[in-house]
Amino acid sequence: MSGPAPALLGVRHHGPGSARSVRAALEQCRPAAVLIEGPPEADALVHLAADEGMRPPVALLAHAAADPGRAAFWPFAEFSPEWAAIRWALAHDVPVRFIDLPAAHTLALNEEGTEGEHPGKPEAGDEAGRAPRLDPLAALAGAAGYDDPEVWWEDAVEHRRGAGRVAPDGDALAPFTAIAEAMAELRASFDDATDATDTADATGAGEATESGPRAGRDAVREAHMRLRLRDARREFGDGIAVVCGAWHVPALAEKRTVAADRQLLKGLPKVKTEIGWVPWTHRRLARRSGYGAGITSPGWYGHLFRAPDRPVERWMTEVARLLRDEDHPVSSAHVIEAVRLADTLAVMRGRPLAGLGETTDAVRAVMCDGSDVPLALVQDRLVIGDVLGEVPGSAPAPPLQRDLARLQRSLRIKPEAAFRDLEFDLRKDTDAARSRLLHRLRLLGVGWGEPQRSRAGLGTFRETWRLCWEPELSVRLAEAGVWGTTVEGAATAKAESLARGATALAEVTALAEQCLLAGLPDALPVVMRALADRAALDSDVAHLAQALPALVRSVRYGDVRRTDTAALGEVAEGLAERVFVGLPAACSGLDGDAAAEMRGHVDAVHRAVALLAEAGETNETSNTSETSETSETSETGKDSASSAGALRERWAAVLTTLAERDGLPGGIRGRAARLLLDDGRLTHERAARLMGLVLSVGTAPAEAAAWIEGFVGSGGSGGMLLVHDERLLALVDAWLTGVAPDAFTDVLPLLRRTFSAFEPGVRRTLGERVRRGGTGDAGAAAPGEMAGGGFGAALDEERAAAVLPTMRLLLGMAHTGG
Amino acid sequence: MPGINSEALRPHAEDAFADELKALAAADDRPRPARWRLSPWAVATYLLGGTLPDGTVITPKYVGPRRVVEVAVTTLATDRALLLLGVPGTAKTWVSEHLAAAVSGDSTLLVQGTAGTAEEAIRYGWDYARLLAHGPSREAIVPSPVMRAMAEGMTARVEELTRIPADVQDTLITVLSEKTLPIPELGEEVQAVRGFNLIATANDRDRGVNELSSALRRRFNTVVLPLPASPEAEVDIVARRVDQLGRSLDLPATPDGIDEIRRVVTVFRELRDGVTTDGRTKLKSPSGTLSTAEAISVVTGGLALAAHFGDGVLRAGDVAAGILGAVVRDPAADRVVWQEYLETVVRERDGWKDFYRACREVSV
Repeated sequence: MSGPAPALLGVRHHGPGSARSVRAALEQCRPAAVLIEGPPEADALVHLAADEGMRPPVALLAHAAADPGRAAFWPFAEFSPEWAAIRWALAHDVPVRFIDLPAAHTLALNEEGTEGEHPGKPEAGDEAGRAPRLDPLAALAGAAGYDDPEVWWEDAVEHRRGAGRVAPDGDALAPFTAIAEAMAELRASFDDATDATDTADATGAGEATESGPRAGRDAVREAHMRLRLRDARREFGDGIAVVCGAWHVPALAEKRTVAADRQLLKGLPKVKTEIGWVPWTHRRLARRSGYGAGITSPGWYGHLFRAPDRPVERWMTEVARLLRDEDHPVSSAHVIEAVRLADTLAVMRGRPLAGLGETTDAVRAVMCDGSDVPLALVQDRLVIGDVLGEVPGSAPAPPLQRDLARLQRSLRIKPEAAFRDLEFDLRKDTDAARSRLLHRLRLLGVGWGEPQRSRAGLGTFRETWRLCWEPELSVRLAEAGVWGTTVEGAATAKAESLARGATALAEVTALAEQCLLAGLPDALPVVMRALADRAALDSDVAHLAQALPALVRSVRYGDVRRTDTAALGEVAEGLAERVFVGLPAACSGLDGDAAAEMRGHVDAVHRAVALLAEAGETNETSNTSETSETSETSETGKDSASSAGALRERWAAVLTTLAERDGLPGGIRGRAARLLLDDGRLTHERAARLMGLVLSVGTAPAEAAAWIEGFVGSGGSGGMLLVHDERLLALVDAWLTGVAPDAFTDVLPLLRRTFSAFEPGVRRTLGERVRRGGTGDAGAAAPGEMAGGGFGAALDEERAAAVLPTMRLLLGMAHTGG
Repeated sequence: MPGINSEALRPHAEDAFADELKALAAADDRPRPARWRLSPWAVATYLLGGTLPDGTVITPKYVGPRRVVEVAVTTLATDRALLLLGVPGTAKTWVSEHLAAAVSGDSTLLVQGTAGTAEEAIRYGWDYARLLAHGPSREAIVPSPVMRAMAEGMTARVEELTRIPADVQDTLITVLSEKTLPIPELGEEVQAVRGFNLIATANDRDRGVNELSSALRRRFNTVVLPLPASPEAEVDIVARRVDQLGRSLDLPATPDGIDEIRRVVTVFRELRDGVTTDGRTKLKSPSGTLSTAEAISVVTGGLALAAHFGDGVLRAGDVAAGILGAVVRDPAADRVVWQEYLETVVRERDGWKDFYRACREVSV
């Protein structure tokens, strides 16, 4: 049928009920053309929507040709009314026209407006007929007795029983007429009060006065829509349908002169734009992701749109299946009860159909035992959903690829199929930028370059990469298109998403390191936050201790690359603090292997703390004086500034605890004592006493051997310690000779392992000294003589004199006797 | 039913709010489930408060999310048993009493769950004199509250369900699924009539006491009563309650205890929620419940310390020991949690230095 006037189908963007109604309405009036609110530049691309390979959610992406970072999106989900209209039109060979303001203007206007090039708020081009206009809808909802305008719209429009499945004789256009009337009322009351479109459009703050005619963005857009509508009527006759945000319907029905509309559109700023289809995700449709197409529950809407009947029952079945897959026992009886509860709740709340609120309450009460934990899973997997759209390969190149091409040109690195090794000096700007680009691509899963181990001795400011561009990387790049339009933006988004999804602490620390390498300061706060959260919740000290070195390394890298690492340092210190608190408890009750592993952690933490304290000292330089060194650990919480010195002090206190606490594995205690000794925090006397205690008869030989391994093992200098400190050697010697024969065979492997790690020279010296037997009485030697190094009790005058002639010669002294 | 006793220390809900219930019943024109005194909508209004068309003001009985009450009432209307979960002090018993009063007009069909609750308390007992004299008969049976509720189509209440031994708990399975209570001695049964339902309360932090079997759990819809949503609300509850308790203990009033109360509430909330109030740092949570009720007792204890051994002003030192006791329930794991909290959060916080020092003193 060809009506006297075009059918104006006012919808809510992404409303499944609207989509059904639109489909039914189109079936009924069979228009000669379908006009859709969207950028006219996309007219040429619309045929791709019918392509086999096109799977929603997808988005039309327009961006400034010169700067892919300036972009606007028009997302379409399977349940979007616009999508339904496009698919219907393509299936029936009906031409589709987009009638909104061209993206060329939208982008230019955005630029002049408050927002910069960040694509976070591109929805200005497509703001749903409601998102910035909650107020007029709230008025309407309030009139109907609802306090939540969203719920009202759902009840009145989206959830209408049988929406889109009206009986054959019913009028599919009736709901749209009603909506148009309501909107006309609303607009009238708003226009009265003030220039409504200005105040209502939350994003339009600064743009109204910009383009000559004093008019809000909406007025301009509507003028353009009217003009396009007029063109279409001339071309196709009156039998056409328009699908647009409900808010615009009255404006399109309005009679305005062409001249007035032209006047509004005059002098609009313009940029050269390119447009294309990009895959989209449900997560990005969700409001919380910041891209803000403005629906909280795309999964639920998708379900409402897909489900042929009994939406609540089907939904509950899906929830049950999900929970079962996650090993949460849910039976059919649960499903039945959940459906009953949801339906009854809806009746009690006076809603026509159980909505998301009711089903969620029912799932929580019946299937989740009142707990929000499994519910969060449902929320994440089903209510939002993991759906990823697809775009056919025949679609024009995505902006990400163009951005990469631009970067390749400016950084002068060409994609080549052959292997090529490149060496970067990170102190040079171009090389640093190249390195960042490669790191970012790696983060995006585009493995163009593989970092090679730098040749030894080149320092931290050098990097070696092996580059190789394989055809499949183009595919990877296209896939990465969902993350953003520029390499940097996409890598940032990907890193943030990875950080949120990471489960293990080590994953996040690695990610933090990658972010620093790739120069993604914007992603860092999110990653840091995830890191701090994981660290706080991880009760396994080993994990924390594992994470610490990488983090500290990152702090150092950050210095080389001149990125701000203050936040990182803070997190690292927090992590260290947690390790300090948990370490003593975590060391008790370990078996041999676990103890050896833990000893490795103690070493790693020790090094990390030293590095961290060093970094902290250079950062703080002047503002903290040397107060901390003298005061006793963290006893009274000296002051709020946790200075680097204090950190070191606290670590020393932890090591002291480790060294002195009975019952901890010998290896760890020995190691702790050694670390303290090396740092000069433990005197030789005290070390000897600790060793003496461990090597006395009260300790099992195996334990003592482990202690010795911890104390002198791992690290070349351990042997030298014994060579130079006669008392320690004497203790070892005395203990070893006292070990019972059968116990000796037990400790032998351990000792052998310990001593075989020493350098041959050291081993020989030790052997000689033991053979000389000069150690027997060393235990009784006075401390003062220890300083001599244990090479005999007094000076050997004769041997010393032998040096004198040469010395004299060197010093140029005369041969005066002797 | 016993007559209204105005002398009672604490009258039953249906007596204390008889006027409101009457006004609601008069104004209520919505469909009521069988043997319900009010429609579900009116029951929800009774609990949440509101104003009736005739101007009667219904006082709110429960201050909290509307959703919780709606789900609870709807559960009863779909004739599923209702399990109210929550840490101590979240008004579980209060809500269950008022629900029973509004739905059945009688909140006295109550089984108090204890470790010693026997099957007779849930099924039926015997009047032994009659049993011996006349042999088993319906007359010799002493019905339990649950049995009476079944026979009369009323709402029965079970308090502290998880404290009841598991085998006794399971008696409820037949009652809730078959809606019948067999009496094998007589070869008879009591069948529940329409309107019968059961509200149970349990402490969800009491893990391991007597966990519900999954068979029983399945018979319940679970509603978790949340802790006070905002710190201010909780500070308010604690301050008011401490004030009442203090007066009954004849403790002298403390001038500026409110700051210390706020601090105690902050510590409790942060550890309980596992995140600092500024939302920036996550924390481990200790094994204790750290309920509002415990915060109240910590502050009351601190007040007593301040009054009897201090200078009469509630200070950090007075509450530190109490907090330590409340937080560190498991000496190994909780101590680590507490020390981490002290070192990573308290130490850095402005104006908390005295508190940090006091806590360090009692912790070491």
